[in-house]
Order: sequence, then structure tokens, then C-alpha cells
Amino acid sequence: MVAKPKPLAIMGNFKDPDALLYAVSEIRKAGYRFFEVYTPYPIHGLEQAMGLQRSAVPYISFAGGALGLVTALLLQWWTGAVDYPLNIGGKPFFAWEFSVPVNFELTVLFTAFATVIGFLALCKLPRWYSDYQHDAGFRAAVDDTFVLSIESRDPLFSLDETRALLEHLGAEDVRLVEA
Amino acid sequence: MEQVASSVVAGRLDHEPLREPLVLGHPSFHDVTEKIASIVERPPSWKYWLTLSITALAAAWGIFCIGYTIATGIGVWGLNNPVGWGWDITNFVWWIGIGHAGTLISAILHLFRQRWRTAINRSAEAMTIFAVICAGLFPLIHVGRIWFAYWLIPYPNQMQMWVNFRSPLIWDVFAVSTYLTVSILFWYLGLIPDLATVRNYVKRRLPKAIYSFFSLGWVGAARHWRHYEIAYLILAAISTPLVLSVHSVVSFDFAVSILPGWHTTIFPPYFVAGAIFSGFAMVLTLVLVARWVLNLQDFITLKHIDNMNRILLATGMMVGYAYMMEFFVAMYSGNEYERYVFLNRAFGPYGWAYWTMVFCNVAVPQLFWSRRLRRNVIVTFIASILVNVGMWFERFVIIVSSLHRDFLPASWDYYAPTWVEVSIYVGTLGIFFTLFLLFAKYVPIIAISEVKAILPQAQPKHHVSVTTA
Repeated sequence: MVAKPKPLAIMGNFKDPDALLYAVSEIRKAGYRFFEVYTPYPIHGLEQAMGLQRSAVPYISFAGGALGLVTALLLQWWTGAVDYPLNIGGKPFFAWEFSVPVNFELTVLFTAFATVIGFLALCKLPRWYSDYQHDAGFRAAVDDTFVLSIESRDPLFSLDETRALLEHLGAEDVRLVEA
Repeated sequence: MEQVASSVVAGRLDHEPLREPLVLGHPSFHDVTEKIASIVERPPSWKYWLTLSITALAAAWGIFCIGYTIATGIGVWGLNNPVGWGWDITNFVWWIGIGHAGTLISAILHLFRQRWRTAINRSAEAMTIFAVICAGLFPLIHVGRIWFAYWLIPYPNQMQMWVNFRSPLIWDVFAVSTYLTVSILFWYLGLIPDLATVRNYVKRRLPKAIYSFFSLGWVGAARHWRHYEIAYLILAAISTPLVLSVHSVVSFDFAVSILPGWHTTIFPPYFVAGAIFSGFAMVLTLVLVARWVLNLQDFITLKHIDNMNRILLATGMMVGYAYMMEFFVAMYSGNEYERYVFLNRAFGPYGWAYWTMVFCNVAVPQLFWSRRLRRNVIVTFIASILVNVGMWFERFVIIVSSLHRDFLPASWDYYAPTWVEVSIYVGTLGIFFTLFLLFAKYVPIIAISEVKAILPQAQPKHHVSVTTA
């Protein structure tokens, strides 16, 4: 039995960032919620036009940094003053002054890992397969095309009306992408 | 009135010439992809193979000499009492210093919104990673018994011992390894969108599979870009103090000791300025060659070279100031050992090294007061090499001239390297350039998505605001 192609999204291409921003804000005004824009580079103001919230990456980074600082302090205090106190030139077994370089480095290290891992987790990457990857227009989004895609799971999705709206907003090559 | 009207109609075109464009030739987005990604697809020229064989040969010879040192012991070097640190630590500090410009260009210039950095940040970041790899080799070899080098890491062990966190050498381990790791993360994060561009550009199966794997399935979704941009900004923000900390910690290796000539409070800022100075010089050397070999004149323009030369001039003067200040403080301290070390540095047996350093680091950058010379590719190329020669001698002078005449005149000595030390140094140059050549061929050498984002047509003009500009 051959599976019937299932509609996934209707996509339209844009070449001009201003037209894209206008189209995105209109689509949002029309009530669509499940739509995505694919661009070769970040476009200023697109998040606001799409109504996206601020990224949560900074909170993850901060948590990572705090963990790094605590790790560094505990490591230096416990190894130097508790587990293996060794008198070297009469210096204290632990003091905040000499712990500064390692505190700083581990804070930075943990922040960096938390940032990259947080970024990947929030983007749900790596994911080596995309439902749309057979669509040439979609693949051009990492080259020179702004692709506006309205997904079929959106309650307002309609094969005719969504297509007409995208065409009205100036999208080129409006097409149905199927699984 | 007429003029106002025409500028309204012409919009962005009209006020473009006010600033020199960052990318020449008005490329489209696709032109940028084509220009950079095609380097990966094209078979390399004979020039590439020739250069790669020379550098790989040097690398192989260096690795052989490292093996010889490890197998025989560091007695094959010219080190002895009182000079216990020679070319090994000189090379370590030199390479670490070179590794500073990458993160400086990426992080600090990103925070200051210096958009010209997009042409050079990728190669500078790669250079950082390779330079830090070369730097890391030296402390490992010079401990003598490299198979115990892991003792520098605090881990629970059967000896029930821990490392001494009061030692600057341990701080150094943490600083350098953190710097290498964070630089790689920063570099790779910036690469993800570009690897996706290359993934969709290449035709052959194997390269496509490799770029697909490393691009992690990036598709350029706006929801992803939002996280990406903030993650990149955070990495830039934490890398900025990291750059400053790493060379400060390296300078603590010296400054925390009580040796005259090393025990000075000026060392951290002095080392950081020197690191940026030598790092920019190395970026210039590499970028001028890459620009010429790969025809990237439209992306790496004279404006970029001019800007980098200004940084050379500024940091060169900072280094020159530090040289003067060291002498002043030695005189003002009233400490006879301190005074003697500095007079010996300039007029003693290693005086020739001192004056080479002063010529290369203080005199040569003065050329760049002239705009014509800042924009002269050949003058810049020669000056960038001289600066790195000078910076190598700076580290040599600091280390060796402070050590070779210690408190006991009977043990005074004149240190010279053996062929093994010279070979290992040449070998790290080989490793560095080999890695860089491989990078230039197989990784997008210019940040494709960032260059697209600074093209005049890239960002929304909001139509009305254009006319009021």
C-alpha cells in the first residue's frame, strides 16, 4: 500500500527582508500560530514580528557559571584544607586570594558548556533529518532565500486560504510541502 | 529641495558612500555562498600541495625531535643551571600570545559591534586554537617525564595527594585548558550555520555526509537563530575577560616568583598587551597570504588591514611603554639586584636580543602612523613578521636574561639552544601552518552568515526610517 502524501506545510519564498517582516506580522495578525521563518542569517526585528519570547539561554548559562564557581571553591578548599593539608612555606591551606584564578577559569568553563548545551537543547539539535529537506526552496534558506512556512497543524491551516494569503503578501513560489 | 527628494527615492544607495563598504563588489547573498563555499568544493592547486608538504615535513621533523627528547630526556636541550627555562617556555608564551588575537577579534570586537571583524574572525579563531595547541606542547614536554603530566590535574588517586592550588603553575593549567576548550566551543558555535550552508552547497556524497554531521541539522529557523544569537553573545561576553585572564595567569608564572626581572606588578597588563600585539601580527600574516591565494580581496579589504595596523600601532606603543616603565621601576626601586638585571638585559651578553626586540616591537609599528603604509600590503606583511620576531625575542629576553646571571656569580652562564630545541620550535611552526592550511581548505574560512548579515541589503530598512537618515 502506498501511503497517501500528507500535507506538512505551505511555504513561500521572500527575497526582501522588509517584505518578509511585513508578511510575518500580517500572518500573526491573521491568527496563525504554527509558522516558522528560515533565513540564511539572523534578521533584526524578526523575533518581535513573530511574537517570540526572549531566549532562555542566559538562565542556563548563569546556572552553569554558578555551578562552576561552587565547584572551584569546594575543590580548592576540600582538597587543600580538608583532605590533604600540606604546609608550603607557612601559607594558609585555603584563602580566597589564591583561589581567584581557578575560580574564574572554572566559572567561565562551566558557563561556556552550559551555554552551548543549553543552545542545542532549546533548539532540539542535533537533529539530522528535517521533514522538509526534499524541498529545494527550503534548502536554499541557508543560502539566499527567506522561507516563510505555515505548518499544517495550525488550526487555521487551509490549503486554499493559506496559499492565497501568502501569495497576497508577496511570497514567491508558494507551494505545498508534503511528507 | 530637489536633493532631498532624490535621496528619498534613492534610499539606501544614497548614503552608502559615507562609510567605506565592508565588502567590495556589491555581492548578492548567493555570491557570498558561492565565493566561500566553492573553496571547499574546488580541488586544491599545486601551490597548496607544495606548501602543505613543506609544512607537514616541518611538523613531522618537529614531532620526531619531540619523541627524541622524550625518549632521551631534556638533557638534549641546552638548558642547565642557572638557565632552567629557555626556548621551551619562550615558545610556550609566544604561542599563547599569538593565540590571543582570535578571541580578541571574535569576542571583544563583537561586543563593541565592530562589524569589520566578520571578514577575519573565523580565521583568527582557528589560528587561536592551533596556536594554543602548539603552546600546550611545550609545558608538557618540558616537565621531562611527560607520562606523568596528568598529575597536574586534580583527580582522586592511590597516592592520596592533591595538586597545590597555591602554585601559579596549576593556575596556568586551568587557564590554558579552559582557554583552549572555550575557544573551540566559540569557534564551533560560529561555524554551525556556515557548515549547514556548505552542506547544502557541496555535491559529492562523502563531503556532504561529513558537513551534514557537523552542522548538526541546522536549517536556519528563526526560533533557532534567536537562541543562537544570545548564546554567541554570552560566549563573547565570557571570552573577553577570559582572554585577559589567560595571559595574566601566564605572567603570574613569572611575577609571583621573587626573581629580579620577573617579580613585577606590571607583568599582567604588559603581557596582555604584548599578546594582542603579536596575535594581530600573526592574523595579518595569515590573512594576507589567504587573501592572495584564495582571491578574497573583496572580503578582506584594505580597510580591514588598515584597522588591524592601527591596533598594531596602539598595542606596540603599550608594549614600548611597558619596556620603559620596567626600567624606571628598576631604577626607582633602589634594589641593586633589580637594577643590575635590567642594565644587564640591555647591555649584557644578551643585549643583541634586547635591541632586536626594541627595534621590532617599538620602532617598526611607528610606520603605521602613515595611512599610505597602513594600506600597503607588502609593508604590512613584512612588519607583521618583524613584530612576531620581536615578540619572540621579548619572551626570550624576559626569561633568559633574568636567569643567566643569578645571585652567585660563579654559576653565571651563557645559554644557547641545541639543534633539538630549534627543531621542535620549527616543528610547532609546521604543525601550526599545516593545521591552518587544512582549515583554510575544508572549513569556510570566512563567516558566511555573518558577512551576509552586514551586506547593505541584509537588514530591514523599515522604509520610512531610510528617508530620514
